[in-house]
Amino acid sequence: MPTKESPARPGSSVMLQGLKVIGVAIRTEPRIFTGAVVASAVYGAMTVASSWALGWATDNAVLPAFRDGAAGTGTLVVAALLIVGVAVLKAAGIMGRRIMAGIHQYRMQAHSRRAVTRQYLRLPLAWHHRHPTGQLLSNANSDVEAAWAPLAPLPMAVGVVVMLVTAAVAIVLVDPVLAVVGFLIFPAVAVLNLVYQRRLSPLAMRAQQLRAEVSEVAHESFDGALVVKTLGREDAETARFQAKADALRDANVAVGRVRGLFDPMLEALPTLGVLAVLLVGSLRLESGGVAAGDLIQVAYLFTLLAFPIRALGWVLAELPRSVVGWTRVTDVLDATGSMEYGTARLDASGPARVEAEGVSYAYVPGSPVLKDVRFAVAPGRTIALVGPTGAGKSTLTQLLARLIDPGEGVVRVDGVDLREVARGEVSASVALVPQQTFLFDDTVRGNIALGGQEPDERVWAALRLAQADGFVSALPSGLDTRIGERGATLSGGQRQRLALARALVREPRLLILDDATSSVDPQVEKRILYGLRDGAAEATVIVVAYRMATIALADEVVYLEQGVVTDHGTHEQLLARCAGYRDLVTAYEREEAERAALDISEDTDEEVVA
Amino acid sequence: MTAVTDPATGTAAGESSSLRSADRGALETFKQGLRLSPEFRHGLAGTLVLAVLATLGKVVVPIAVQQVIDRGLGSGEPDLPFIRNAVALCALAVVLTALCGYLMNVRLYRSTESGLAALRGKGFRHVHDLSVLTQNTERRGGLVSRVTGDVDQISTFMQWGGLMVIVSAGQLVVATVLMAVYSWQLTLIVWACFLPLVLALPRFQRLVAKAYTKVRERAGDVLAAVSESVVGSAVIRAYGSEDRTAERIDTAVDGMRAAQTRAQKIVGFTFPATELVASITVALVVVAGVWLGVADSITAGRLIAFLFLITLFISPLQTATEVLNEAQNAIAGWRRILGVLDTPADVADPENGETLPRGPISVRFDGVGFAYPGGPPVLHDVSVEIPPRTRVAVVGETGSGKTTFAKLLTRLMDPTSGRILVDGTDLRTVSFSSLRERIVMVPQDGFLFDSTLEDNIRFGRPSATREEITRALTELGLADWLDGLPAGLDSPVGQRGESLSAGERQLVALARAYLADPDLLLLDEATSAVDPATEVRLARALDGVTRGRTAVSIAHRLSTAQAADEVLVFEHGRIVQRGPHAVLVEQPGVYADLYASWTTATTVH
Ligand SMILES: Nc1ncnc2c1ncn2[C@@H]1O[C@H](COP(=O)(O)OP(=O)(O)O)[C@@H](O)[C@H]1O
Ligand SMILES: Nc1ncnc2c1ncn2[C@@H]1O[C@H](COP(=O)(O)OP(=O)(O)O)[C@@H](O)[C@H]1O
Ligand SMILES: [Mg+2]
Ligand SMILES: [Mg+2]
Repeated sequence: MPTKESPARPGSSVMLQGLKVIGVAIRTEPRIFTGAVVASAVYGAMTVASSWALGWATDNAVLPAFRDGAAGTGTLVVAALLIVGVAVLKAAGIMGRRIMAGIHQYRMQAHSRRAVTRQYLRLPLAWHHRHPTGQLLSNANSDVEAAWAPLAPLPMAVGVVVMLVTAAVAIVLVDPVLAVVGFLIFPAVAVLNLVYQRRLSPLAMRAQQLRAEVSEVAHESFDGALVVKTLGREDAETARFQAKADALRDANVAVGRVRGLFDPMLEALPTLGVLAVLLVGSLRLESGGVAAGDLIQVAYLFTLLAFPIRALGWVLAELPRSVVGWTRVTDVLDATGSMEYGTARLDASGPARVEAEGVSYAYVPGSPVLKDVRFAVAPGRTIALVGPTGAGKSTLTQLLARLIDPGEGVVRVDGVDLREVARGEVSASVALVPQQTFLFDDTVRGNIALGGQEPDERVWAALRLAQADGFVSALPSGLDTRIGERGATLSGGQRQRLALARALVREPRLLILDDATSSVDPQVEKRILYGLRDGAAEATVIVVAYRMATIALADEVVYLEQGVVTDHGTHEQLLARCAGYRDLVTAYEREEAERAALDISEDTDEEVVA
Repeated sequence: MTAVTDPATGTAAGESSSLRSADRGALETFKQGLRLSPEFRHGLAGTLVLAVLATLGKVVVPIAVQQVIDRGLGSGEPDLPFIRNAVALCALAVVLTALCGYLMNVRLYRSTESGLAALRGKGFRHVHDLSVLTQNTERRGGLVSRVTGDVDQISTFMQWGGLMVIVSAGQLVVATVLMAVYSWQLTLIVWACFLPLVLALPRFQRLVAKAYTKVRERAGDVLAAVSESVVGSAVIRAYGSEDRTAERIDTAVDGMRAAQTRAQKIVGFTFPATELVASITVALVVVAGVWLGVADSITAGRLIAFLFLITLFISPLQTATEVLNEAQNAIAGWRRILGVLDTPADVADPENGETLPRGPISVRFDGVGFAYPGGPPVLHDVSVEIPPRTRVAVVGETGSGKTTFAKLLTRLMDPTSGRILVDGTDLRTVSFSSLRERIVMVPQDGFLFDSTLEDNIRFGRPSATREEITRALTELGLADWLDGLPAGLDSPVGQRGESLSAGERQLVALARAYLADPDLLLLDEATSAVDPATEVRLARALDGVTRGRTAVSIAHRLSTAQAADEVLVFEHGRIVQRGPHAVLVEQPGVYADLYASWTTATTVH
């Protein structure tokens, strides 16, 4: 599966890229981010203020009381109020920071999810063919989450940077020599963080990759649960999954080893800083460079910073994952090769004219599945597209509905190259019922109207034409019955008929049915086909079919073999002159004839024995 | 971290899922979760010792540093030698603490990750053990998240929170003891202030838990909406319903964002509560301390030292609130994985199930009735005997119950009434391994795995060699088709087999089942997308090789019925006619009508 998404662009500048990702978040939501940082600053200031308040209380209320042997009620009340007041502000800071950081993060997630899924809806089907479902799902989920994970601790970290600068200034003012200690410790923290990130990022990326793989295996396995069950392969599947889960475990342990090493070191550094300050300070005290009180103050600043400084580490810890996530998200956002739309409209009324001219298509470069296909369909005609399994019929129907564009050649409707038609115009005139039925997890009505405002009468009319009115009216809530994911509660033929009704309700000018009645029993199929012939005369119909009943309805037959149109004409003409076609459509009859012959010979055998 | 990391984060539609949504309490969930993963306890004693040491370091070092500052600098003349010795000791303690922390972390990661990997495996296996019906009540994405994202939720807590609880508890005890040494009256005040908070925490906890459950549910909606836009990309384009899909996605995304924000607000409001209580405590202690001091039962120095101790007391409490949040996530995750494990495998492999000998197989349906859960009966009193070595065709209108019949026969579901016997043995008492070996169904849509053709066919019998696979394809008359593929057996089939045409997918699914070599092969419209010529070839090949075996085919193409020994005609969940084709066509009835449509369908007038 050729996917060009780079799982990671590892190397030196993870940190730099990570900061860029954060930059994007800040530029997108500057207000809420600023709010969070302000709240964080309030928290920082109040952290300092709380010790100041306590100090004030000690100096002005506690000590005088002990000295004088009597409590001054006034100052005591003021002191208590001061302590509580500062705490209220600090709490408000924490609350504001948390809530706003959360809002920032969630908004960014929502932005990205929208942007990514808009791309999914915009990019051509050929792009979807190249990208595994699991990958696209994780792009919109885990990758988005990883990309914005650093936003949660970010405001706190920014607050810390401000605190650090303030502290540095304060220390310099107290004593330049002690400041040198500070300037050694703070960069040491930064350097340690950098080393940490460099060691961690490849491991974290691998873990992230494996996490996606574990989900992919689970997804696929649960998707194929029926096959797993019917073939009794639960053990093998569990082993396959467990192998991936174990790889993830090992990757996580490897991450844990690095985290486990660096986290305690980062935690220890500020304390070591305090100790260094004391040591150096004791020397400075000796030489009289600083007063004991100043030393206490500096040491206090260090203790104050010990906890919040780790917030920096939290942000940094999320950066590698964030970069990987963001890279994958931008790979989707930057994906080009979207379908180009022109300005032409398909606003003629009545059945459409369709032409294919020199159309080729290859899923895999070098092995075309359609080669120089050309045919024309006059308005109002019904064409049967016949050919062996794998001949390229479904591919051709997708080209006619412009789900994909031809590699070479042109598809025209009403004489207009489909590539020149404006967005939305093709689907307004052309309806394709794909071979593989897809239903949305929605109501019957939602699945048929697809968000359109079709009145109920028209929905019912389409259901009648698709022979689906009977079972739909028997559903518990009729049109409003929800059918489960991919229509799980309906039988195959019922699903197919809903898909058919979905096409019919739009009264398309070109109706393309890709083997759309394969799960429907012959009687119902016959009723559908007669209904189509009598009622939907307003459309040109192209129908992929094997069954004679369907072919019988067609005015002409296009016979496709290995991607090439080998014949085109009426059924009788093809029957007379095209051996492949004859073989295909008369297979049942010949089978029956042969069996009859066989039965006769068996009977005679028995007679002989008897 | 609120929600973690995988393509399938998310809960499924809560209302329809029939997986147990374990309504046990948080503590019970937690206990059950720990019981599930014995790996968590692996080397726990050593880890605990390290944790205690690391905690001691964390508690003692700040006190020591404080003491150094007070003793060395606070009182008049600085005592420089004392400072230096103490600093050296403290530095040593810091390094040792870090070392203990490192060792503890590594051990923790190892044991928890092992536990979680095993838990994933268990959950995954159990999902496969659930019956198709139970599986279908939950979206695929939801099931996936139960063994991925939901398990991830547990890891943060187990690796950080779990021990933090112990560490914090240790810190609390140490701080309480120290405080009591200074003044028991003030210690009482401190506890009196914090007790209400501690008591209120469970209430917060429930609130937060509810909010996070909502978040997970909304995340499931997002996943479903996104997956629709990916899986349904062809239909969305064909019908120009991009805008509608975008709207659906937006609704889901906004729903999730709102739930996340709400949860964050609840956490944001409850989290600083500790901060407030702490400040009130300090204020009270100051007032009470002064009052006590005036009454001469505490000195100024002791009061100030006591105030310092309160900070030691607060920080573990704060951590505890943080941990509580993580615990919420973890418990939510556990609930969802337990929801899987607690859901009984309703169609279970019987214990000590019988192993039936291989060979010709007979099946009997004995007054079998079936209704999908919460729905009307779709099969009524079906009684039928399929003798060994017969080829049976099942025909009938869509929705008449043919697939349901097939699912019962393969024991994907159990009948609601009556019973099904294979070789005279109740299907429910036959071991799965024996059953799956003898009866294989090819379902309506042949799901393929994202791998090569060879791998997919080998899925039927893992021990098969490449030659056997080629031979199987040849026997089925598919050699020409195989030769036409550019990469032959090595051709990648793409996700869900989507790089093959629908008919080709069915060919592979059929070859896969054929290779499995069962005694009874059940085809549920397994060749509906295959062209007639290939289908006839296949049928003939199967006919040749299934002689001596029992074969049941559900098909709308009545050529199958013509070739069968017996035809079962279904209508509205009943078998209304049965007998060989030649007999049935002569009788007026459902079959004759079907056949009439079929013949006008196959021959052109
Ligand atoms: N998404 C795809 N990627 C690669 N090959 C494909 C894809 N879809 C179809 N093919 C190949 O293209 C050929 C034609 O497929 P299709 O048009 O579906 O055939 P038909 O509908 O006639 O049975 C087949 O050989 C199939 O393997
Ligand atoms: N998973 C399900 N849940 C509820 N009802 C179902 C489910 N599957 C099938 N049904 C209903 O059971 C009836 C018989 O379906 P089925 O056996 O699939 O018919 P068919 O004869 O077409 O194979 C139908 O009315 C269908 O709607
Ligand atoms: Mg096809
Ligand atoms: Mg069916």
